[in-house]
Amino acid sequence: MLTLSLLALVFSAQAQQPSANNAPKHKPLAKDGFHDPTLPSIDILQEPGEVLEGLPSSTSGNMVDWNKAVRDGYIQPRATLEKQGEINTLDLDVYFPDTAGADVVRFPHKEHTQWLDCSNCHPAPFAEKAGATSFSMLDILMGEYCGSCHGAVSFPLTECSRCHSVSYEEYLKIREQKQN
Amino acid sequence: MKNTSRSGNKSRTEAGQQRRGWPVTVTTTLTLALLLVTPVSAEYGDVVINRISGEEGVPPVIFPHWFHRIRFRCKVCHAELDFEMRVGANEMNMNALEEGKYCGACHNDEIAWGLQNCVMCHSGKEGLESQIKGGHQTSGPGRW
Repeated sequence: MLTLSLLALVFSAQAQQPSANNAPKHKPLAKDGFHDPTLPSIDILQEPGEVLEGLPSSTSGNMVDWNKAVRDGYIQPRATLEKQGEINTLDLDVYFPDTAGADVVRFPHKEHTQWLDCSNCHPAPFAEKAGATSFSMLDILMGEYCGSCHGAVSFPLTECSRCHSVSYEEYLKIREQKQN
Repeated sequence: MKNTSRSGNKSRTEAGQQRRGWPVTVTTTLTLALLLVTPVSAEYGDVVINRISGEEGVPPVIFPHWFHRIRFRCKVCHAELDFEMRVGANEMNMNALEEGKYCGACHNDEIAWGLQNCVMCHSGKEGLESQIKGGHQTSGPGRW
Protein backbone atom coordinates (compact mmCIF):
# COMPACT_ATOMS: atom_id res chain seq x y z
CA MET A 1 0.00 0.00 0.00
CA LEU A 2 2.73 2.35 1.05
CA THR A 3 4.64 1.57 -2.13
CA LEU A 4 1.59 2.20 -4.27
CA SER A 5 0.77 5.46 -2.57
CA LEU A 6 4.37 6.63 -2.87
CA LEU A 7 4.45 5.74 -6.55
CA ALA A 8 1.13 7.52 -7.06
CA LEU A 9 2.57 10.54 -5.30
CA VAL A 10 5.66 10.54 -7.49
CA PHE A 11 3.71 10.24 -10.72
CA SER A 12 1.04 12.75 -9.77
CA ALA A 13 3.78 15.22 -8.81
CA GLN A 14 5.44 14.66 -12.19
CA ALA A 15 2.14 14.98 -14.04
CA GLN A 16 1.29 18.20 -12.25
CA GLN A 17 4.61 19.84 -12.92
CA PRO A 18 4.01 21.17 -16.43
CA SER A 19 0.48 22.37 -15.75
CA ALA A 20 1.24 24.20 -12.52
CA ASN A 21 0.39 27.83 -13.18
CA ASN A 22 2.93 29.30 -10.85
CA ALA A 23 5.81 27.05 -12.00
CA PRO A 24 8.67 29.19 -13.30
CA LYS A 25 9.00 29.01 -17.09
CA HIS A 26 12.75 29.35 -16.95
CA LYS A 27 15.06 27.19 -14.84
CA PRO A 28 17.83 28.93 -12.90
CA LEU A 29 21.23 28.45 -14.54
CA ALA A 30 22.46 26.45 -11.53
CA LYS A 31 19.81 23.81 -12.22
CA ASP A 32 19.68 23.83 -16.03
CA GLY A 33 21.85 20.75 -16.52
CA PHE A 34 24.41 22.62 -18.63
CA HIS A 35 26.03 25.10 -16.21
CA ASP A 36 28.38 23.92 -13.50
CA PRO A 37 26.94 25.39 -10.29
CA THR A 38 30.31 25.14 -8.54
CA LEU A 39 31.97 27.70 -10.84
CA PRO A 40 32.01 31.32 -9.65
CA SER A 41 30.38 32.58 -12.87
CA ILE A 42 27.05 31.08 -11.80
CA ASP A 43 26.42 34.08 -9.53
CA ILE A 44 27.37 36.67 -12.16
CA LEU A 45 25.71 35.40 -15.36
CA GLN A 46 22.28 36.82 -16.17
CA GLU A 47 19.42 34.47 -15.30
CA PRO A 48 17.06 33.78 -18.23
CA GLY A 49 13.94 34.19 -16.11
CA GLU A 50 15.06 37.64 -15.00
CA VAL A 51 14.75 39.03 -18.53
CA LEU A 52 12.62 36.59 -20.57
CA GLU A 53 9.68 36.77 -18.15
CA GLY A 54 9.31 40.45 -19.03
CA LEU A 55 9.04 39.90 -22.81
CA PRO A 56 5.86 39.11 -24.81
CA SER A 57 5.14 35.44 -24.26
CA SER A 58 4.59 32.54 -26.63
CA THR A 59 4.02 28.86 -26.03
CA SER A 60 7.22 27.33 -27.33
CA GLY A 61 11.00 27.65 -27.47
CA ASN A 62 12.13 30.36 -25.07
CA MET A 63 8.42 31.06 -24.39
CA VAL A 64 9.03 34.47 -25.94
CA ASP A 65 7.35 36.02 -28.99
CA TRP A 66 10.60 37.43 -30.36
CA ASN A 67 8.99 39.15 -33.35
CA LYS A 68 6.56 41.02 -31.13
CA ALA A 69 9.39 41.85 -28.73
CA VAL A 70 11.23 43.63 -31.57
CA ARG A 71 8.12 45.09 -33.26
CA ASP A 72 6.85 46.66 -30.04
CA GLY A 73 10.24 47.87 -28.88
CA TYR A 74 10.72 45.63 -25.85
CA ILE A 75 14.20 44.94 -27.18
CA GLN A 76 16.36 46.84 -29.68
CA PRO A 77 18.98 44.34 -30.82
CA ARG A 78 21.83 45.86 -32.78
CA ALA A 79 21.94 45.13 -36.50
CA THR A 80 25.67 45.63 -36.98
CA LEU A 81 28.70 45.78 -34.76
CA GLU A 82 29.50 49.26 -36.00
CA LYS A 83 26.22 51.02 -35.33
CA GLN A 84 22.52 50.57 -34.64
CA GLY A 85 20.26 50.28 -37.68
CA GLU A 86 20.99 49.06 -41.20
CA ILE A 87 17.99 46.78 -41.34
CA ASN A 88 16.89 46.10 -44.90
CA THR A 89 13.46 44.57 -44.56
CA LEU A 90 11.59 43.08 -47.47
CA ASP A 91 7.81 42.82 -47.36
CA LEU A 92 7.27 39.84 -49.63
CA ASP A 93 5.35 36.68 -48.86
CA VAL A 94 6.35 33.45 -50.60
CA TYR A 95 3.86 30.57 -50.72
CA PHE A 96 4.73 26.88 -50.80
CA PRO A 97 1.63 25.02 -52.04
CA ASP A 98 3.25 21.61 -52.60
CA THR A 99 2.72 20.33 -49.07
CA ALA A 100 1.17 16.89 -49.60
CA GLY A 101 -2.20 17.90 -48.22
CA ALA A 102 -1.02 20.00 -45.29
CA ASP A 103 -1.97 23.67 -45.25
CA VAL A 104 0.04 25.87 -47.60
CA VAL A 105 3.18 27.45 -46.14
CA ARG A 106 3.37 31.23 -46.13
CA PHE A 107 6.95 32.44 -45.72
CA PRO A 108 7.06 36.10 -44.63
CA HIS A 109 10.27 37.87 -45.66
CA LYS A 110 9.23 40.77 -43.41
CA GLU A 111 9.77 38.98 -40.09
CA HIS A 112 12.85 37.14 -41.32
CA THR A 113 14.64 40.24 -42.59
CA GLN A 114 14.21 41.85 -39.17
CA TRP A 115 16.78 39.39 -37.93
CA LEU A 116 18.69 38.04 -40.90
CA ASP A 117 20.71 39.25 -43.84
CA CYS A 118 19.76 38.18 -47.40
CA SER A 119 23.06 36.28 -47.57
CA ASN A 120 22.04 34.03 -44.67
CA CYS A 121 19.52 32.24 -46.92
CA HIS A 122 20.46 33.23 -50.50
CA PRO A 123 21.83 31.76 -52.69
CA ALA A 124 22.38 28.87 -50.27
CA PRO A 125 20.42 27.04 -49.04
CA PHE A 126 17.61 28.79 -50.98
CA ALA A 127 17.92 30.02 -54.57
CA GLU A 128 16.30 33.45 -54.97
CA LYS A 129 13.77 32.20 -57.51
CA ALA A 130 10.66 30.89 -55.76
CA GLY A 131 10.22 27.17 -56.36
CA ALA A 132 13.78 26.66 -57.63
CA THR A 133 14.90 24.89 -54.45
CA SER A 134 13.29 21.59 -53.69
CA PHE A 135 13.15 20.46 -50.07
CA SER A 136 10.95 18.32 -47.88
CA MET A 137 9.72 18.27 -44.32
CA LEU A 138 12.17 15.43 -43.67
CA ASP A 139 15.07 17.66 -44.72
CA ILE A 140 13.79 20.31 -42.32
CA LEU A 141 13.48 17.79 -39.50
CA MET A 142 17.09 16.79 -40.21
CA GLY A 143 18.15 20.38 -39.59
CA GLU A 144 18.49 21.49 -43.20
CA TYR A 145 16.80 24.48 -44.93
CA CYS A 146 14.25 26.05 -42.52
CA GLY A 147 15.45 23.50 -39.96
CA SER A 148 18.83 25.23 -39.66
CA CYS A 149 17.08 27.71 -37.38
CA HIS A 150 13.59 26.34 -36.68
CA GLY A 151 13.98 23.58 -34.13
CA ALA A 152 17.23 25.02 -32.80
CA VAL A 153 16.87 28.73 -32.14
CA SER A 154 13.71 30.00 -33.89
CA PHE A 155 10.36 28.53 -32.93
CA PRO A 156 10.40 24.71 -32.92
CA LEU A 157 8.98 22.36 -35.56
CA THR A 158 6.13 21.31 -33.32
CA GLU A 159 4.50 24.65 -34.19
CA CYS A 160 3.14 23.32 -37.51
CA SER A 161 0.43 25.92 -38.05
CA ARG A 162 2.74 28.89 -37.70
CA CYS A 163 4.22 28.00 -41.12
CA HIS A 164 1.44 25.85 -42.59
CA SER A 165 -0.92 28.74 -42.09
CA VAL A 166 -2.96 29.17 -45.31
CA SER A 167 -5.69 26.82 -46.55
CA TYR A 168 -5.40 25.72 -50.18
CA GLU A 169 -8.63 27.59 -51.09
CA GLU A 170 -7.30 30.75 -49.55
CA TYR A 171 -4.01 30.27 -51.40
CA LEU A 172 -5.86 29.93 -54.74
CA LYS A 173 -7.66 33.22 -54.06
CA ILE A 174 -4.38 34.98 -53.21
CA ARG A 175 -2.78 33.61 -56.39
CA GLU A 176 -5.75 34.79 -58.46
CA GLN A 177 -5.56 38.27 -56.96
CA LYS A 178 -1.85 38.46 -57.75
CA GLN A 179 -2.39 37.39 -61.35
CA ASN A 180 -5.06 40.07 -61.94
CA MET B 1 29.55 -1.86 24.38
CA LYS B 2 26.52 0.23 25.01
CA ASN B 3 26.24 1.03 21.34
CA THR B 4 26.65 -2.57 20.29
CA SER B 5 23.92 -3.76 22.61
CA ARG B 6 21.65 -0.99 21.38
CA SER B 7 22.14 -1.89 17.81
CA GLY B 8 21.76 -5.53 18.75
CA ASN B 9 18.42 -4.80 20.32
CA LYS B 10 17.35 -2.80 17.37
CA SER B 11 18.45 -5.29 14.77
CA ARG B 12 15.70 -7.74 15.66
CA THR B 13 12.98 -5.19 15.25
CA GLU B 14 14.72 -3.75 12.18
CA ALA B 15 14.89 -7.16 10.60
CA GLY B 16 11.11 -7.32 10.81
CA GLN B 17 10.80 -3.82 9.43
CA GLN B 18 13.18 -4.56 6.63
CA ARG B 19 11.03 -7.43 5.38
CA ARG B 20 8.07 -5.09 5.12
CA GLY B 21 10.25 -2.16 4.24
CA TRP B 22 12.13 -3.37 1.17
CA PRO B 23 9.55 -2.07 -1.31
CA VAL B 24 10.00 1.37 0.29
CA THR B 25 13.72 1.14 -0.45
CA VAL B 26 12.99 0.16 -4.03
CA THR B 27 10.51 3.03 -4.34
CA THR B 28 13.01 5.48 -2.89
CA THR B 29 15.64 4.27 -5.33
CA LEU B 30 13.17 4.57 -8.21
CA THR B 31 12.19 8.06 -7.10
CA LEU B 32 15.82 9.10 -6.85
CA ALA B 33 16.52 7.59 -10.27
CA LEU B 34 13.57 9.51 -11.75
CA LEU B 35 14.85 12.72 -10.22
CA LEU B 36 18.38 12.06 -11.46
CA VAL B 37 17.40 11.35 -15.06
CA THR B 38 15.20 14.43 -15.44
CA PRO B 39 16.13 15.92 -18.83
CA VAL B 40 18.33 18.95 -19.31
CA SER B 41 16.22 22.04 -18.80
CA ALA B 42 18.59 24.59 -20.29
CA GLU B 43 17.06 27.40 -22.35
CA TYR B 44 16.00 26.67 -25.91
CA GLY B 45 18.89 27.46 -28.24
CA ASP B 46 21.61 27.12 -25.60
CA VAL B 47 24.74 25.72 -27.26
CA VAL B 48 27.37 23.54 -25.61
CA ILE B 49 30.73 24.11 -27.32
CA ASN B 50 33.13 21.35 -26.36
CA ARG B 51 35.10 20.74 -29.55
CA ILE B 52 38.49 21.15 -27.82
CA SER B 53 37.76 22.53 -24.32
CA GLY B 54 37.65 19.12 -22.62
CA GLU B 55 40.91 18.01 -24.21
CA GLU B 56 42.53 21.26 -23.09
CA GLY B 57 41.34 20.70 -19.52
CA VAL B 58 38.87 23.56 -19.31
CA PRO B 59 35.10 23.37 -18.85
CA PRO B 60 32.97 23.50 -22.02
CA VAL B 61 31.51 26.81 -23.20
CA ILE B 62 27.79 27.42 -22.75
CA PHE B 63 26.58 29.90 -25.37
CA PRO B 64 23.10 31.29 -24.63
CA HIS B 65 21.32 32.38 -27.84
CA TRP B 66 18.54 34.07 -25.80
CA PHE B 67 21.04 36.38 -24.09
CA HIS B 68 22.68 37.39 -27.34
CA ARG B 69 19.56 37.84 -29.47
CA ILE B 70 18.19 40.38 -27.00
CA ARG B 71 21.25 42.48 -27.81
CA PHE B 72 22.11 41.56 -31.41
CA ARG B 73 20.19 40.46 -34.48
CA CYS B 74 21.12 37.04 -35.88
CA LYS B 75 22.96 38.57 -38.83
CA VAL B 76 25.60 40.25 -36.68
CA CYS B 77 27.17 36.90 -35.83
CA HIS B 78 25.86 34.83 -38.72
CA ALA B 79 26.59 37.28 -41.56
CA GLU B 80 28.95 40.03 -40.32
CA LEU B 81 31.04 37.57 -38.28
CA ASP B 82 31.72 34.15 -39.69
CA PHE B 83 29.58 31.87 -37.55
CA GLU B 84 28.19 28.92 -39.50
CA MET B 85 24.70 27.93 -38.37
CA ARG B 86 25.76 24.42 -37.41
CA VAL B 87 27.02 23.14 -34.08
CA GLY B 88 30.63 22.06 -34.43
CA ALA B 89 31.14 23.74 -37.82
CA ASN B 90 33.05 26.69 -36.39
CA GLU B 91 36.72 26.02 -35.79
CA MET B 92 37.10 28.36 -32.88
CA ASN B 93 40.10 28.40 -30.61
CA MET B 94 41.48 30.99 -28.19
CA ASN B 95 44.15 32.16 -30.67
CA ALA B 96 41.48 33.05 -33.23
CA LEU B 97 39.42 34.78 -30.56
CA GLU B 98 42.43 36.81 -29.43
CA GLU B 99 42.88 37.96 -33.04
CA GLY B 100 39.35 39.37 -32.87
CA LYS B 101 37.66 36.57 -34.75
CA TYR B 102 34.39 34.87 -33.72
CA CYS B 103 33.52 35.73 -30.07
CA GLY B 104 36.64 37.88 -29.92
CA ALA B 105 34.97 40.52 -32.09
CA CYS B 106 32.91 41.60 -29.06
CA HIS B 107 34.53 39.93 -26.05
CA ASN B 108 37.38 42.43 -25.89
CA ASP B 109 36.48 44.54 -22.83
CA GLU B 110 34.88 47.10 -25.14
CA ILE B 111 31.55 45.61 -26.22
CA ALA B 112 31.52 42.69 -23.77
CA TRP B 113 33.74 41.22 -21.10
CA GLY B 114 37.26 40.35 -22.23
CA LEU B 115 38.70 36.91 -22.90
CA GLN B 116 40.60 36.86 -19.60
CA ASN B 117 37.27 36.15 -17.82
CA CYS B 118 37.55 32.45 -18.65
CA VAL B 119 34.77 30.98 -16.50
CA MET B 120 32.16 33.46 -17.70
CA CYS B 121 32.02 31.48 -20.95
CA HIS B 122 33.71 28.22 -19.91
CA SER B 123 30.89 27.67 -17.46
CA GLY B 124 29.62 24.19 -18.40
CA LYS B 125 29.67 20.86 -16.65
CA GLU B 126 32.67 18.70 -17.42
CA GLY B 127 32.16 16.10 -20.13
CA LEU B 128 29.11 17.62 -21.84
CA GLU B 129 28.96 16.86 -25.55
CA SER B 130 28.74 19.67 -28.11
CA GLN B 131 25.07 20.21 -28.83
CA ILE B 132 22.25 22.70 -29.15
CA LYS B 133 19.25 22.54 -26.84
CA GLY B 134 16.24 22.18 -29.09
CA GLY B 135 12.87 22.54 -27.48
CA HIS B 136 9.63 20.67 -27.18
CA GLN B 137 10.71 17.29 -28.49
CA THR B 138 11.90 18.64 -31.82
CA SER B 139 15.38 17.35 -31.25
CA GLY B 140 14.00 13.82 -31.68
CA PRO B 141 13.08 13.52 -35.35
CA GLY B 142 16.16 15.45 -36.42
CA ARG B 143 18.33 12.67 -34.98
CA TRP B 144 16.51 9.72 -36.53
